[in-house]
Parts: sequence; C-alpha cells; structure tokens
Amino acid sequence: MIRFENVSVTYRDAAAPALSAVDLHVPEGELCLVVGRTGSGKSTLLRAVNGLVPHFTGGTLTGRVLVAGRDTRTHPPRELADVVGLVGQDPQAGFVTDSVEEELAYSMESLALPNPVMRKRVEETLDLLGLAELRHRPLATLSGGQQQRVAVGAALTAHPKVLVLDEPTSALDPGAAEDVLAALHRLVHDLGMTVLIAEHRLERVAQYADRVVWLPGGGLPPVTGEPGPVLADAPVAPPVVRLGQLAGWQPVPVSIRDARRLAGPLRDRLAEPPVASPSPSGELIRTDDLRVRYSTVDAVRGVSLNVGAGERVAVMGRNGSGKSSLLWAVQGTGKRSGGDVAVDGVDPATLKPGPRRAAIGLVPQQPGDLLYLHTVSGECAQADRESGKPPGTCREFLDRLAPGIPDDRHPRDLSEGQRLALVLAVALTPSPRAVLLDEPTRGLDYPAKTRLAAALRDLAGRGHAIVLATHDVEFVAEYATRVVVLAEGEVVADGPTAEVVTASPVFSPQVAKVLAPQPWLTVADVRAALAAS
Amino acid sequence: MRLHPGAWWVWALCLAAIASRTTNPVLLALVIAVAGYVAVSCREDTPWASAYGVFLKFALVVLAIRVVLHVLLGGVTGPTVLVTLPEVPLPEWTKGIRLGGPVSAEGLAFAVYQGLQLATLLCCVGAANALANAKRLLRSLPAALYEVSVAVVVALTVAPQLVASARSVRRARALRGDVVRGVKAMRVLMVPVLEDAFERSLVLAAAMDSRGYGRTAGLPRRTRLLTGVLVLGGLTGLAVGAYGLLGGGTPAAPMLLVGSVSAIGGLWTGSRRVRRSRYRPDRWGPHELLVIGSGLVAALATFLAPDGLGGAALTPSTVPLTVPGLPLLPAIGLLCALAPVVIARNRVNT
Repeated sequence: MIRFENVSVTYRDAAAPALSAVDLHVPEGELCLVVGRTGSGKSTLLRAVNGLVPHFTGGTLTGRVLVAGRDTRTHPPRELADVVGLVGQDPQAGFVTDSVEEELAYSMESLALPNPVMRKRVEETLDLLGLAELRHRPLATLSGGQQQRVAVGAALTAHPKVLVLDEPTSALDPGAAEDVLAALHRLVHDLGMTVLIAEHRLERVAQYADRVVWLPGGGLPPVTGEPGPVLADAPVAPPVVRLGQLAGWQPVPVSIRDARRLAGPLRDRLAEPPVASPSPSGELIRTDDLRVRYSTVDAVRGVSLNVGAGERVAVMGRNGSGKSSLLWAVQGTGKRSGGDVAVDGVDPATLKPGPRRAAIGLVPQQPGDLLYLHTVSGECAQADRESGKPPGTCREFLDRLAPGIPDDRHPRDLSEGQRLALVLAVALTPSPRAVLLDEPTRGLDYPAKTRLAAALRDLAGRGHAIVLATHDVEFVAEYATRVVVLAEGEVVADGPTAEVVTASPVFSPQVAKVLAPQPWLTVADVRAALAAS
Repeated sequence: MRLHPGAWWVWALCLAAIASRTTNPVLLALVIAVAGYVAVSCREDTPWASAYGVFLKFALVVLAIRVVLHVLLGGVTGPTVLVTLPEVPLPEWTKGIRLGGPVSAEGLAFAVYQGLQLATLLCCVGAANALANAKRLLRSLPAALYEVSVAVVVALTVAPQLVASARSVRRARALRGDVVRGVKAMRVLMVPVLEDAFERSLVLAAAMDSRGYGRTAGLPRRTRLLTGVLVLGGLTGLAVGAYGLLGGGTPAAPMLLVGSVSAIGGLWTGSRRVRRSRYRPDRWGPHELLVIGSGLVAALATFLAPDGLGGAALTPSTVPLTVPGLPLLPAIGLLCALAPVVIARNRVNT
C-alpha cells in the first residue's frame, strides 16, 4: 500500500539529510508504528507519504514514494486527498471550519462528492468515533480527546486507504488516549485500513502495532520488523520491553498481557520493594481552600495542599480537571478567586513579578512563550539581568540540565527537550525555592524524559520543592515521590506515588501492571533490586 | 433548523438603510431596539452569538468620540450657548477649524444625532453578526469566489487566535519578572505572537492541502480568458454605473445592467473551474423570504413616507432646536421588522 524506494530527503540549508536511504513497504491493513529519537525524521517520513514533503515543505526528495500505486512526484497532496488521510500533532491548528459536522464534511466537499454520499458518511463517522452527541458543537469548545477524534473522523470521511497520524495521543490524558487508540484499532480490524503512526508515548501504542519502523537518524537506514525485537534494540522503548530485556524474556513482550504470562518467575525472585522514604517535613508551599473560577466554570474548587522542601509532587487528572489553573494560581500570576497561598510564608500574589519569580518559578505549557530573543546566549544573559544574578548563572543551570547547547543557536531551532531545559534554566536563575512545571514531557522521548527526571531529582535534593502537572504515567513513576489526583477541580487522591498509582489501572505504570500485586514502579528499581539480591 | 444567513444579512441591511436615511434620534433608538431584540431572541447557541453586545459597546464609543470631537473642534453653531471653552488661536490658513470656543445646544444635538446614526449602523451589523456568522454567509458565495472566501474565513480566524496568543505570551512574560511597556513591549510580545501565528498558518495550509483544497478541474485557456474579460468588464460597468447613480452624469441604469450581467456571466464561467460540492447547503425557503420581506417593508415605510405621515420628521432640525417628533409611518414599518421573532419561533417548533 505504501512503498518507499531508496528515499532520501534533504531540506534546504540543512547540513545533513533528514531521511536517508529509506526502503519501506507497508502492506494493506497493517498498523505500522514509526519510532525514533526527537529529530530522527519521523514527521518527515509521515509527511512524505501524502506528498507534503517535498511539495509543501520544500527540500529535495530522491528515490520514489508510491501510495496505492500513485507516485507522489506527480501527485501533490491535494491529488492524494482521496487515498491518504493525514492527522497532525495539534488537531486544533488543522481545523478549517467551526463545527464538528462541517469539519467532517470538508474533505468530501473538496473531493466534490454528491450530497447524499456526504450525509451518509458523516452519520457513519459520527457513530464510528462516538461523536454523535457533539455533532453541532463548535470545535473550539471540545476537549483535547474529542478534538483528536474529530480530526481522525475528518480524515476518515474521504474513505482514504491510508491513515497517517503524527503523535495522536501526545496531548491527551490516559483515558482520552485510550478512546482514540481504540477507534484506530477498530479501523484497522474492521475496515482493513492501513495506518501509519508516529508516537513518543510507546507504552500507549506499541501493543497495537503489527510492525515497527525505527529511524536511528544520523544517516543510518531504518530498521523494520516485529515490534518486540526492533524496540529492544532501539534507544526508545516502552518500560515493558525494557523489563523483558532485563528479565531475559523471549520473545520480548510488547503488551502487558504477554509480559504478565512470562513474569511469574521474576515476581518470585523479587521481594517486596522497599517502603518509600517518608516525605520530607516543612511547609514550603501551602494552599488553603484555593479556588479559581472563570466566568461560568469552577476550575479549582477548594484545594488545600502542603508541599515540603525536597518533595517531588505530580498533579494528575483528566484534561480540564484544573491542573494548569492550580499551578498558575499557586504561582500568583494566574487568577485566584478565593483561598490562601503561602510560599515560604509569603503570598506570592502580593509580590511584584520580579520578587515573585525569585520565590516561586513556573514553566508554562508552551515554553516557547517565554523566549523572544534570537540566540540562546541572549536569553541566558537576559535572564541573568532580570534576576540580578552574576552573568553566567543561567548558562550554568542550562549546562547542568542539557549540556552542549551552542550559544548562537536560535531558541526555535532547539529540540523540544533542549527548549524545555532552556526555559527551566531561565526559571531557575533567580534560585526560587519552589518550581512548578506544566506538562513538561510533551514531545520528549524516553532518554530526554529520563534526563529531566534526573535533573528534577537533583533539584529536589538541593532543597527545592517541585510540583508538576502531567498526563505521563511512566514519567510520574520515574520522578515523583507523591501524587495528587484532581477531578473537576477537587483533590480526589493524595499520597505516596506507589500507593496512588497502583490503586487505579488508568494511572498505573507498565511495570506495576506486569508485577502486580507487588508495587514496583520502574525498571530501574527492579534492576537495582535484582543487582542487590 | 436555522435560517439562511443571507436572509439575516438582507434584513439587517434594510435596517441599516433606514438608519442611513434618518437622523431622528427617536427612530434611530427604535432601530437599535428592534435590532437588539431580534438579535437576542433569535440568536442560536453559538460562539459569535454575543456579537451584538460587542458591537453595541463599540457603537457607544463611536457616539462618544463624535460628541467629544464636536465639542473640541466645533462645527454647527447656534444661539443657545451652553458653555464656552477656552479657544486656542490658530493661524489664518486653518480657516473653518477652531479649537475650543463656545459649545451650543444646537451643535451638541447635531453631533449626537450624527453619532447616533453611525452607532445605529454598527448595531445593525452587530445584529447580523449575532444572527448569522459572516463565515456561514461566505460559504454561500458562488463557487468562483471559493478561494477568496476561504482566504477571508482563515483571516477571520486568525484575529481571535492572535488575541489568545498575545494573552498567553503576556502572562508568560509576567513569569520572567519584567512588566514591559512601550516600544520594547511591542517587540517582546510581538515576536512570539507572530511566530506563533506564522506557524499556525503553515500548519493550517498543510492541513488544507492534504485535505484536497485547491483541486481544480483544469479548464482550457480560452474559458479562463473569457472569465477574466467578463469579470473585469462587469466590475468596470458596475463602477461606472454606481458613479452615475451618485450623480456623476453618466447614464446609470444601462451601465449597471451591463455590468451586472457581465459579472454574473464571469462568475458562472468561473464556477466551472472549481470542482467541489457543498455539504448541507443553506436553502432559501418561505421563512427566509418572510424575514427579508419584513425588512423591506420597514425600509420602504421609511423611504416612501409622505411628509404628513412622518417623512418630514426624518431629519429634525437642529437650528433652531426642536423636539424631534415620532415619524408615524416609519415607526409602524419598523415594528414589522420584528416579524422574524415570530417566524423563527415557528420554525423551531415545526
């Protein structure tokens, strides 16, 4: 169905090709997963399927890409719209119309399908993706998961033979991600659609894949094959694969089910994990009955929390459960409608922005919003000036978080992980005792997440209190000492990580699922225990 | 079911025509009230439904500016001087303009009437926006204008996105501890906002391209040439005709006719170039005609009102200052423009 013949892509002004020597064949009816580090060319590969590369992006493509027998050399994206449906990373940015129904119909209108056909397909798609109740809703009012399902539906109504998705679950909470993936699974199994997915959160998709394509980057050709063996060799792999490698299971399992069937002996070898260290005392951050209310919505309803120095707290919960509002209100820059906040005994909302950021730092969801200069060194110097610190302070933090970023690089050209490190360094420059992070792991691959977790552990070790909001279950297992779960703006669970995440299957990391009932959370913990015994 | 957006826009244009014909504050207030009542009772649960309120506020600002400018710069003078502001002496060549000076009741009334007229026009546009989104109206344009209408729709979406993006960047800037103002603030805010806007437009363009936007039927050269000639000729004819209509001395009616025919011909040949269909197009039905009819009746009642039935009261005199009377026939006509409230309610029930 999709055939790449010795394809290389070089963008203009790029030193090295983004893709090189790709030979790939995806047969009809397969769900094919594309994995690789950030910047290894996953998006380029996906966008070459419908001709956006090079027709839209520019650059040079050598070799040949065939989709359903059509050569992308002679067919620009619009002429492939009836065979390839493309769903981008940010569904909202790709919406052309205002309402769900019109969005679903848009591709069909472009293909000039007659009205009765369009009516029928819109109804079918609404049912297939469970969107029937939302049909008249304006797109802007939908939640992230709903928007993603609309984007998938909008690509489906043209009845393409191939569906291409670029990180379809990266912005979604675990529940919404399950919904989208279940819908895709159904398309592959019921309709025989060919699906190509790129994703960083492999723990969510790896078990659905029939085949994995690993792009090693750096000019090496891609590795294609069965999910287990390919992921075991790749630098990015879900925890279940890493656990399988550690225990020497063959074949390497990709799903929880396969792993559990092999895990009996390992469970016997492992003793109960050590009890988590008691949470540090002290009240660095204290909120009392904190409330945030927007015109008609209560985003945060009476949250009372105490966070001590050295604690690493993860705030979890659905999209729209009030995580961001809580962080912004605690920091004092965001809106607060009621209740008290004290950071080190002082209410940050009463401080001027300068002293406020010296008391408590916040890394927003779009870290790029904080950056506006043209070089990394410029941003660092500006941060030193703003904080009244000696020159070089920010750069020092940056080197500790992500060493080796060139001074003259434009912040826009950094990878997601590097940009996050830069913004975190900017936030840390005035040495606030408390640091808040809003969804920091979006767009980070596994090695980058491990590095972030290590950096945050290091900060907590120096007496900072860290609170972050995230959907990323595996990251929480690696990083947090304590988890707070929010629902509709209220705290529904608060406790040590092991207790909270193992209590609910939605928030449970893969290792915990495989080794239940023993509450192990990460592969690193298991490795340490095995080495000790 | 909702009504065709074109019907609402024609209805609102009729009200706007009334406002352009009169400076009588009573009638203008009535127009604002009618437009507001219909907008509030017939609007649907859509994000743009609050447009009337926004336009009403904007209209009040315009009215205030008009009055303040009049007080400062003068214009119409009268015998009833309310207050005398200190006058700034201006050089000889600025004859006819003065800064400060006496403020008369007559002049003030004149400014209020004029400002109110502008404000009423804005309210009519606001009502149309609240009742039928401009984007939906653009969807109903002929296929030849499809690309243009999509470009306009995209441009319309960019504005609110820019506002949202500017807000989040401003909030993020506060995190860096500097509250910047003035020229520097422009740069600090504009760089991330514009970068964001460009990035979004590229994503959107890529999405539209991959969804088949711009597939054309590939017409022969001669047809394209014919389309171009017809459209250009039509536009020229319309322009000359409009010039004549405004008293330029050329024969208006024939030029307008030739222009319209040629333009419609151009649109028709051009439409064959675009190969696309329309999902659930808005249709014209009896309800739409009734809505338009009610607007037309109201407009005609104002335009054709004889002097005895209120035609004389349409432009109340300000020098000497008189109490504006209620123009009887135009006012009754305006009440007809309330008919959509009943029509839309029936439509919902059926």
